[in-house]
Amino acid sequence: MANYYIPASYLLNKILDVEIIKSPLITAKTIELGNKYSPEFVCTPFKYTLGTMIESLDMGANVLVQFGGGCRYGYYSELQEQILKDLGYKFEMLNLITAGKANVKNIYKTIKKIDKKFNIFKGLYYLFITIKMIKYMDKVDDYIRQNIGFEIEKNSFNNLLKEMLAKFSQVNDPFSLSVLYYKYFKKFKRIKTNKPKDCLKVGVIGELYTLMEPFSNYYLEKQLASFNIQIKRFTNVDYLLFKHKKTINKALIKSKKYMKYKMSADASSNIYWAKYLGINKYDGIIHIKSSFCTPEIGIMPILDKVASNYNIPIIYFSFDANTSEVGMKTRLEAFYDMIEMRRK
Amino acid sequence: MKIGIPKALYYYYFFDKWQYFFEQLNIELVSTDTDKDIIRRGDKYASSEMCLSLKIFLGHVDYLKDKCDYILIPKIDNFGLNDQMCSNFGCLYDLVNNLFDIKILTYELNYLKRKNEKKGLIKIGIELGFDKKFLTKAYKITCLKYNKKLKQLVISNLNKLDSSNKKVLIVAHSYNIHDNYIGKIIVKNLEKYHIEVIYSDLFNDTNNLASYLSPNLYWKYSKENIGSIVLCKEKIDGIIFLSTFPCGLDSLVNELVMRKINKPYLNLIIDDLDAEAGIETRIESFVDIIGQD
Repeated sequence: MANYYIPASYLLNKILDVEIIKSPLITAKTIELGNKYSPEFVCTPFKYTLGTMIESLDMGANVLVQFGGGCRYGYYSELQEQILKDLGYKFEMLNLITAGKANVKNIYKTIKKIDKKFNIFKGLYYLFITIKMIKYMDKVDDYIRQNIGFEIEKNSFNNLLKEMLAKFSQVNDPFSLSVLYYKYFKKFKRIKTNKPKDCLKVGVIGELYTLMEPFSNYYLEKQLASFNIQIKRFTNVDYLLFKHKKTINKALIKSKKYMKYKMSADASSNIYWAKYLGINKYDGIIHIKSSFCTPEIGIMPILDKVASNYNIPIIYFSFDANTSEVGMKTRLEAFYDMIEMRRK
Repeated sequence: MKIGIPKALYYYYFFDKWQYFFEQLNIELVSTDTDKDIIRRGDKYASSEMCLSLKIFLGHVDYLKDKCDYILIPKIDNFGLNDQMCSNFGCLYDLVNNLFDIKILTYELNYLKRKNEKKGLIKIGIELGFDKKFLTKAYKITCLKYNKKLKQLVISNLNKLDSSNKKVLIVAHSYNIHDNYIGKIIVKNLEKYHIEVIYSDLFNDTNNLASYLSPNLYWKYSKENIGSIVLCKEKIDGIIFLSTFPCGLDSLVNELVMRKINKPYLNLIIDDLDAEAGIETRIESFVDIIGQD
């Protein structure tokens, strides 16, 4: 997912004595592979991850790691294992989270199984650094998202980000990581932009995988930036790992009018965020999800109501392996024209 | 006083209990069968990607909204850590509350947070102005009556297994197979060929058997369905998997089970396009496969 493979492979490299195969970037071929062997109306992340798994197995991996989440994501690993075994691959599948709950003991056991020399204190130390790294990355990403649409020199943000991430993966203690972060954040602030005070602002909400994997949403954020729009996105790894519960509790209190009960996955957070975007006078909401994402489909009528109450336009994108990129671009352009005209 | 119960989704799991319970409070329960009009009503409110069962539910709510005082919509989250529900059941209350302007009675089922059915029904009773002691007693009687009825249903379903006709197990959620629009055609067509229809949801304690086919499965009603396959796979001649388009749970679970069983099976996916002739043809060819008596 986007740049998050850097902290992940950093952590595994530091604590385990194994060879890590970085899964290849998602391409059209990956999707075709995944699509071919997947059930008919499963949600798109299943197809993407299955395609990636087949490609990594072809490259020689023999241990696959899959996580699990609150909705049907928790059941992916079992079916994927069966499909791959039916295809004739030999490997071991590790599922770290079952039924939405992480099993710490299980994780420790599996790590021990992979590498017998694993030291738990060393592991915790590097886990701490990795978590810090993710938090810093999310902060930088947020800043970039707000300003990248207005950069004067092209690619200046992306180049600096690449430089920063390369430096990050060589760090060995938390202190030097913090020093690096503050140094680079200053550099980011020094990049010249021509951002007007009343620029167009758009919030992006929706299902987490499609939001965070740029290939699966056809680089939607890049396109928004090319329209000179300031982007706000709430979902990031920091939120998923640490702020999930807190956000949902807050959401239940703040948007009592629209929901009484906690809903599964990110559904309740999305209602709260839509309301937040409405209150803070954003120019539009973009809701993206993979096709057949059940929790998000269930709240779409509620989001409609929030949007009409706060008088803020909302557009829904549903991404599948067969979604046409051109169609999505056209709709996005039309949406941009509309919010620009509303301003005048 | 009248309480409306939409005849969809949770209706088929709880209606008997509710009937016994509200009967003692002198409250009438209102509901109706699914037909094309209900589906048309549901389509008006539903967003395009919702599953057919949820569309039918919204249609029922629309039908009931001016025919009763309250509508009963529980929020069903889980029956324990490994007995969870489809996420649609979690958003029903808020969905209806935002789409319609009606009075709703609600309670939460969340066994992880000790919110069970008894507490929920008593809470509703108190809201309607009844005495707590009376409600506790009423619930007790409800449970006794319900268990008796359940036993009868299970026994009649088990008896079918010993029939000399060809036997087909229908694996589907209760709200699909017992629905007037989705399930009726299939049962009707199978009975035309003198085939004994066995329902996957009318067994007792098939929950634990599911782990033979799928150890990590954590949806309660899917577990019961899959467990029934394990229970009676020696005695049946074929299996029909019935699901609505696009059911989230069935898309994964049925796919996994189909890869593991070695019985003839038919995978039927129903949508609201009303293709009755297509279903008839597919059932006919399936009957040919398992051999007619």
